[in-house]
Amino acid sequence: MLQLRPILSTLRRHRTAALLIVLEIALTCAIVCNSVFLIANRIDRVRLGSGLADSELSYLGARAIGSDNNAAAITREDLAALRAIPGVRGAAIMSSVPFGHSAWVMGVGLVPNQPVPTIEVASYNGDVGLPGVLGLKLIAGRDFHADEVIDDEAFQKSTDSRLAGVIVTRAVAERLFPGADAVGKSIYIFGTAPSPIVGVVDRMVSAHPSFGDERDLYSVILPIRPAYDGGTYVLRSDAAQRDSVLKAAVAALDRVDPHRVAQEHGRFEDLRREYYQSDVAMVWLLAGVCVALLVVTAFGIVGLASFWVQQRTKMIGTRRALGATRGQILRYFQTENLLLTTAGIAVGMLGAFAINQWLMTQYELPRLPALYLPLGALVLWALGQIAVLAPARRAAALPPAHAMRGLA
Amino acid sequence: MLLYYFDLALRSFRSARGLTALMVLTIAMGIGASMTTLTTFRALSGDPLPDHSARLLRVQLDADPSKALTPDKEPDTLVTRLDAEAWLRDKRVVHQAMMTGGGFNVEPDADSPGGLKPFEVSARYTTADFFPMFHVPFLFGQAWSAADDSANAPVVVLSKDYNDKVFGGANSVGRSVRADGTDLRVVGVLADWQPVPYFFDLNVGHYRKTEDMFVPFGTALERKLGMNGGMSCWGDNAVPHPHELNAPCSWIQYWAEVASPADAAGYLDYVTRYAAQQRAAGRFAQLPAVRVRNVMDWLTSQHVVPSDVRLQVWLAFGFLAVCLVNTVGLLLAKCLRRSPEIGVRRALGAPRRQIFAQFLVEAGTIGLAGGALGLAFAAIGVWFVRHGTTRGAQFVSLDATALLITFALAIGASIVAGLLPAWRACEVSPASQLKSS
Repeated sequence: MLQLRPILSTLRRHRTAALLIVLEIALTCAIVCNSVFLIANRIDRVRLGSGLADSELSYLGARAIGSDNNAAAITREDLAALRAIPGVRGAAIMSSVPFGHSAWVMGVGLVPNQPVPTIEVASYNGDVGLPGVLGLKLIAGRDFHADEVIDDEAFQKSTDSRLAGVIVTRAVAERLFPGADAVGKSIYIFGTAPSPIVGVVDRMVSAHPSFGDERDLYSVILPIRPAYDGGTYVLRSDAAQRDSVLKAAVAALDRVDPHRVAQEHGRFEDLRREYYQSDVAMVWLLAGVCVALLVVTAFGIVGLASFWVQQRTKMIGTRRALGATRGQILRYFQTENLLLTTAGIAVGMLGAFAINQWLMTQYELPRLPALYLPLGALVLWALGQIAVLAPARRAAALPPAHAMRGLA
Repeated sequence: MLLYYFDLALRSFRSARGLTALMVLTIAMGIGASMTTLTTFRALSGDPLPDHSARLLRVQLDADPSKALTPDKEPDTLVTRLDAEAWLRDKRVVHQAMMTGGGFNVEPDADSPGGLKPFEVSARYTTADFFPMFHVPFLFGQAWSAADDSANAPVVVLSKDYNDKVFGGANSVGRSVRADGTDLRVVGVLADWQPVPYFFDLNVGHYRKTEDMFVPFGTALERKLGMNGGMSCWGDNAVPHPHELNAPCSWIQYWAEVASPADAAGYLDYVTRYAAQQRAAGRFAQLPAVRVRNVMDWLTSQHVVPSDVRLQVWLAFGFLAVCLVNTVGLLLAKCLRRSPEIGVRRALGAPRRQIFAQFLVEAGTIGLAGGALGLAFAAIGVWFVRHGTTRGAQFVSLDATALLITFALAIGASIVAGLLPAWRACEVSPASQLKSS
């Protein structure tokens, strides 16, 4: 630390160059901190547990040509045929698949005809056994009873919107009835009729999760049995058998009723991957930019330090002749770099919080955690020290006699 | 003189190859990243109908009574069939049309290529004004008429792609299409028409291929063709079907064309007055939220450009800023190292102005090289965007404007980067430099 004063006075004479490098480090620090924060956010979002047996599920659908008056009966036949396929451990139909193209969103209230719903939830219609096929974990209550489920067509035609029961996720139960047992309590989904909660599942992802918090788990299952033209079949099988099972399933549906058009089908995991692919791409992009920024900054430090070493050859020679050791010369340049980096980090942190503030207003991002401060500082200090090492060692290696004469 | 400076610049680059390469590469990376993201942004945020968009109005009236309690929230973008048909009957302005997305299965003719297997097509159900209002070009035939609308005529307009695929590009007017068990007669085939973004119906995708078929709204309802898009219903489901005229459901897009942009306010008045009349008639307890927006305002309000694309532009320009600061630092170091040379030139009579020009030419040359390399990077970047996951990426491409912007950006950036070093260079005093060497 003895060397602080000479370093400061030297820097004062190279004010512009010093300011430039501080500015560069500050910009890099601000951008990298926020990029890493965005990356962490995206990774959280992508790794959201769906609550479903992701790796064992496949989906497929079919559509009628024209309207099918016999859809409910065909659906029963379809399901029987699907369950008979070797390797299929379970088959069910649901109104829409998580991460799929269509989604149903419902307002849920706690009193009849509540003008503004308490929460909005993804709703999935399905029959008895749907939670089991999907691999949902029931943590309270039970699955539907057969007499609670109504055919979709009958429900559409009836003027009675009462449902005999609903299954909700824990997130919904805790939001609507904090601290209480939700089973047996009533919620209002369609207007005035109460629907009692019969079961609570641990997790079930909403159809198009986008919040990055608990709201992505606001889902309910309604006891409404869709017909094939208003739903999607889901199959459960060993992960290794998914493709063969799917192939057999497409053929099976065609055998039940060939006068139909097969819809998209595939592995549930692929549907999920496709849903998140732009987030994953953004993660790689941000990571790439971070690396590029750090590399560019490192080269900036190397370039400037090399120039300074050259410019100060005489000074180095004089100091060496007056008895300074190589280590002292080395430390001189290292300390100088530490000072510049620290200044850059200080300015950069202010910038990082300013950018974060702006991002919060634009993208519903949370506040930058304070942990990023020391971490970002450590990374940049390390980067600075590594970058300055080569030029500083070159300086330390200068033979004093040469250096004195400025021959380096 | 400039040529001489250029020659000097090349000499100086040769004497510091590594440093020069580093500077060119840094600028090129910054320019490449900025251009890639800017090109993507421009492609996705463009005006789909540049000559008419200010006169085309999207109408919103949120008939859901619960929404009237939260007036600050964006009202539903879709309207009820009741309201849409009422406005359509009124014929207040030049053109007006209601519409929704849809799709159905087509059974091919026995002689068609590709066999007999039925296949799915996308469709738009709308009213006659759709075509003149959005200036949709026709290759064969024409749009259907208002009379076809009221008669629920079984007619269809095909997209060029569909006509190419199924009818081999021939004039298919008069042929028929078997759609979900209904025969539709072809009355027109569109020429190339691809709005980007797909502004009139964001519910079927912000950036999507033009739908295969266009069918009169009433015909689609009557024949129960499949509907796609958003739908929001409220109250008890007392009405048998949400497509019924009186159903408490919003599911229809409504567009109107006024004679001049100034008439938009008048149209807002009209819709607001309509809402007040409906309230007076007892349909609403509170005045419902109403919006009337032209195309670009509408696209902005719906946040059509993916927020990630916006973020990427900021990120890239942040990166470019770091690259520039880096280049300024390196140029400064490089030119101060050449102080002795500057001293000699000054002593031999070169005025400051010339030193300044010399170093600016040097910086500009680096910028030019960086720009050229950056353009190559941008071409690679755009290729990745097109093959990547961004919505609407298929519509992104480098064009002449992008080329111009790139070079303006490259030269501008490097001149800015060169100013400080050049100024410092011409400040060098000849005497001290000559003495010290």
